[in-house]
Amino acid sequence: MSLYDLFPPEFFKLSVPLAGYLILSAILFTIGVATFLFRRNIITVFMAIELMLNAVNLTFVAFSNHYAKVDGQIFSFFVMVVAAAEAAVGLAIILMVFRNRSTLQIDDFDTLKS
Amino acid sequence: MDLVLFLTFALIAVVCAINMSLQRHPVSSALSLIGVMVSLAVLYVLLGAEFIAAAQLVVYSGAIMVLFLFVIMLLNAGSEKLSFKSGTAQFLGLPLLAILLALASWVITDATAAARPVKFGSFTAGGPREVGWELFTKYLLPFEVTSILILIAIAGAYRLANKEMD
Repeated sequence: MSLYDLFPPEFFKLSVPLAGYLILSAILFTIGVATFLFRRNIITVFMAIELMLNAVNLTFVAFSNHYAKVDGQIFSFFVMVVAAAEAAVGLAIILMVFRNRSTLQIDDFDTLKS
Repeated sequence: MDLVLFLTFALIAVVCAINMSLQRHPVSSALSLIGVMVSLAVLYVLLGAEFIAAAQLVVYSGAIMVLFLFVIMLLNAGSEKLSFKSGTAQFLGLPLLAILLALASWVITDATAAARPVKFGSFTAGGPREVGWELFTKYLLPFEVTSILILIAIAGAYRLANKEMD
């Protein structure tokens, strides 16, 4: 079996189904949720939220292409802006928490629990 | 070339995301997340969203991730310690997430079976001109509200980070 059999010229002319982009977005979102659940560092948990926002953005842009309307891109633009604001405030909160508790492990932030 | 580019950058995105999830050190996680964002920007170009691709590079992998790296280095965050306090998430988490992903993929393939495939160049209304036109006519009010939101976020972040220790 040669490389030509694996990748015939028609392979390079194929276009991507819409479901490909949406499933990639679902995979990234699921990895984001898994990171959010399993990791114990507050900064990594925060990065998982950013990954989930990115996955949703990909869905918006894919549907914007599918319906041939620019509205989906506007929505993903707003998601980016809100993510930027959220990152600024969230990282300031992490800074405050670290100053008061000197730890980044989320297991140690259980004041509300007891 | 569409499928080749899509598969390449989708693979890079997924591998970087998994790497972000597995790395113990926050700096490695942040660098992997930048990899995800850059490959998503390439996918946006493939989808005909040039302006969003540029904004993704500038805002996400530029501004936001640099902010993350600043905070990681400011706090001198080392590798995280393993802990197994939340038993439910450890045992039920992965199977439930696999079910979520399987169901989502099934619904997506079922609902978009008749959709026409995405062809590079078939949708060209994603440049700065078209996006800006929509943004300043149809979505003018949300745009202005967003500017107030950012102002409040700046003030809040400044106030939080500047607070005296008490």
